[in-house]
Amino acid sequence: MKRSRVPGRILQILVAVFLYAPILVLIVFSFNSDRSRVNFKGFTLDWYRKLFENDQVLSALSLTLILAFLSALIATVIGTVSAIGFYNMKKRPRKLLLGLNNIPVVNPDIITGVSLMLVFVLCVNFLNTLGAGFSLGFGTLLIAHVTFNIPFVILSVLPKLRQLNKNTYEAALDLGASPIRAYRKVILPEILPGVVSGAIIAFTMSIDDFLISYFTTGPSAQTLPMRIYAMTRKRISPEINALSTLMFVTVLALLIIINILQTRDQKRKERRL
Amino acid sequence: MKKELIRLVDCTMAFDGEIVLNAINLTIHDKEFLTLLGPSGCGKTTTLRIIGGFETPTAGSVLFDGVRINDVPPHKRRVNTVFQKYALFPHLNVFENVAFGLRVPQTLKGDDGRKRRVKVSEGEIEERVQAALELVGLKGYHRRRVHQLSGGQQQRVAIARAIVKRPQVLLLDEPLGALDLKLRKEMQHELKEIQQQVGITFVYVTHDQEEALTMSDTVVVMNHGNIQQIGTPVDIYNEPTNAFVADFIGESNIIQGVMHRDYDVTFAGRRFLCVDTGFDPEQPVDVVIRPEDVRITAPEDGQLRGTVNSVTFKGVFYETFVNVGDLEWMVHSTAAPTVGDEVGLCLTPEDIHVMDRPDLFPKGAEALTIEDVDPEPEFEDKYADEEAEETET
Repeated sequence: MKRSRVPGRILQILVAVFLYAPILVLIVFSFNSDRSRVNFKGFTLDWYRKLFENDQVLSALSLTLILAFLSALIATVIGTVSAIGFYNMKKRPRKLLLGLNNIPVVNPDIITGVSLMLVFVLCVNFLNTLGAGFSLGFGTLLIAHVTFNIPFVILSVLPKLRQLNKNTYEAALDLGASPIRAYRKVILPEILPGVVSGAIIAFTMSIDDFLISYFTTGPSAQTLPMRIYAMTRKRISPEINALSTLMFVTVLALLIIINILQTRDQKRKERRL
Repeated sequence: MKKELIRLVDCTMAFDGEIVLNAINLTIHDKEFLTLLGPSGCGKTTTLRIIGGFETPTAGSVLFDGVRINDVPPHKRRVNTVFQKYALFPHLNVFENVAFGLRVPQTLKGDDGRKRRVKVSEGEIEERVQAALELVGLKGYHRRRVHQLSGGQQQRVAIARAIVKRPQVLLLDEPLGALDLKLRKEMQHELKEIQQQVGITFVYVTHDQEEALTMSDTVVVMNHGNIQQIGTPVDIYNEPTNAFVADFIGESNIIQGVMHRDYDVTFAGRRFLCVDTGFDPEQPVDVVIRPEDVRITAPEDGQLRGTVNSVTFKGVFYETFVNVGDLEWMVHSTAAPTVGDEVGLCLTPEDIHVMDRPDLFPKGAEALTIEDVDPEPEFEDKYADEEAEETET
């Protein structure tokens, strides 16, 4: 008996509409020449121009990018080294630690944010009683972002390590390479696709984050999502549409790069078989 | 006698309390082709990994040229390994794979006693890599990517990569295991030739008794972490020290019997004259008889009488199973008897090998480690298939 395809199609279309319609509306209205959020009057790039004249937005943008870059970089180094450590562990401690590693991934951001804030406040207070002049700001923000980025890097690198022939590392040692040289010359090139996609994921997660940043920063450092939030509280300006569109496009581009990297890797593996 | 190169003294290896090597002693000589032979889990690969430096023995010593090397890491040992699954570096081409070991800077002590880091010059690397590739029959393949090569070619690259370092000892861990039968035979031949050309020691691990017999100068038969016998292929085949070796090397009829006194043994319900001496009176023994040593005769001429149970054509000979009482005898002969016929079996005293019945399973040695396998269930693929089917219907 042939089942009807119609219900399936309707569901597909509904999913697509719910997923993409809001973003589409956002993008379209970022080009609206009128302030109205209901009527589209005409095409303009004014909002984008205004955006780039807004110093607060620009400084938030540069802070977000620097933060994303630094936190992704640090998290990638720590995450890759940790993944190698996990890979070399015995099964039981590895399972345990991997479980712990996954907790921050599934933990609600608000809990991560609040708990990090508590720790930071505690530390800052302690250091300040010793006479230092610390406060929450870029430093704590960076630590927080590195913290929540590491698990994503580990999850991205570990499968690559698992695909390695167990003897590859030993073969490098056998040929006279020191352990460090063996990792640099043999293991790293093999897991590089995983390291790169881990770094990009970390970068996007960092740009994307609002909640954790909100709790772990001080008045001195404001990220772009926080800036947008602050702007919406006054009144919703089409500038926000423009800004959100730019962020969406950036994140989308990064996701596409990850996808391309992964498919290329997949194809290479298939060729090898 | 040739110069001694490697010596294992009372080497014991235990993984998580399970003994996989039980205080083995082994001497490897210079320029020798030595094969470690045994069923999987017998400790042969562990022995090889101890020599290579990838495992440190739980107890005992490894001596190289008389120097204890237990704690010398693999990259500082003058041995190179050809791994079971080749373990080539997929991101490098054939040339760079072979050149890998040469590009590692070496720390040498100069005449003034100071340490210097020395690199092999590009010219020399080029020369040596090409020579190594030529030796393994891969001239002109240096620009190929590794994954463009067949299994046999990858194996050759792995060998070239190891011998280009000019090690004193080459360790080979079942290097032909992944190849098909015909290629395996060719490679056996080639490996032996390569060994003679470069004139270095080969320590070869295999579970294939035929491979061991064809290639080796010395065969070491192992089981359950113990060495069962060390000898030339001819010795091992003709004079196995116990029933395990006899059974593992070629096929054998192994029958339990009793040795009454010298030259006098009872098995299969009959007393036989034999050539063995030196057993305790009335000692229980294993009697080993090669299937090609049993002659099939007319029923009235045989020492034993039985019924032909099955006959299989094996190419050069027929493999016949004859039931004698509750024993089944394997016979290899050029003539084929008829199934169901009554026949006689005849043995000459020289063909009866009487052996001590050893304790093949000493306490603690029974445990085998099973490789820590990460099973990767194919859930995703299966699921994708089901989904595809569903949308089609």
